[in-house]
Amino acid sequence: MAHKQRYFEDVEVGQEIPPLEKHPTTQQLVKYAGASGDFYQIHYDKDFAIKNNLPGVILHGALKNAFLGQLVTDFAGEHGWLRKLSVQYRGMDQPGSMIVCKGKVVKKHSEHGQHLVDCEIWLENAKGEKTTLGSASVVLPSRHQAE
Amino acid sequence: MANKYVTEEARKQIGKAGEARTIEVERGAIRRFAEAIGDPNPLFNNEAEARQTRFGGMIAPPTFCRSLSAAIPDVKLDMGESFRGLDGGSDWEYFEPIRPGDRITVQTKIADLRESAGRLGTMVFITTETSYTNQFGKICALQRSTAIRY
Repeated sequence: MAHKQRYFEDVEVGQEIPPLEKHPTTQQLVKYAGASGDFYQIHYDKDFAIKNNLPGVILHGALKNAFLGQLVTDFAGEHGWLRKLSVQYRGMDQPGSMIVCKGKVVKKHSEHGQHLVDCEIWLENAKGEKTTLGSASVVLPSRHQAE
Repeated sequence: MANKYVTEEARKQIGKAGEARTIEVERGAIRRFAEAIGDPNPLFNNEAEARQTRFGGMIAPPTFCRSLSAAIPDVKLDMGESFRGLDGGSDWEYFEPIRPGDRITVQTKIADLRESAGRLGTMVFITTETSYTNQFGKICALQRSTAIRY
């Protein structure tokens, strides 16, 4: 299965998180509407979206939140834990073009016996514009700690 | 300067809570959510593989909480009928995993109401706080989200 577990000692400040590419489609927006219960029509009804001064249907902010969640739960691995996740939406994204979730480690610290790695995370569109900004804090296992 | 929409009277709605709801988490709902967001992590998809991890079984992806929707307390602002809405963002804190079969009690309250002049005119920021508590009384997640009306 998955990837090798990442340990607290393996991580350095400034290190990049392995990027995650996403290729959202209109079909994915419909699936997400169904799975999340968010049926605001700007996410699947083009006429409705255009009537609301949008260029067409747009991604749910919450879906972009989920993509960034995947970026950091992949980074944490199955023995890690996502402790905090924040996202701020700065621009709209439309289905049909690729977006990339990225991040880098900004701080390492330990509190209450937990080893925490704080990251800056963001989502970039095909033009390289950051349409979502955020941060995350993950707990990683230590090599010096019995799991 | 006096606020246009977020008046002293309107700010009295801060603290108002919606009715709590308890929702049972179905395994299929977790899988469908993971599929919808395109996340193949075995923790969210495969019981047999998830059993081999420290969680001992499947758990929900971090933003699955959104599908456990609470009753959102109604915010009354004198903005007429034709305002538009935007999602500003969310801050999450996670304490305990959510597992299939859990009964999660969800409650949302109004945490803050603000307004400011932006490029879209007067914008109102409605911040809500939602708690997700399991059947053992443990808080699994806290969500603070900001909706924008303009």
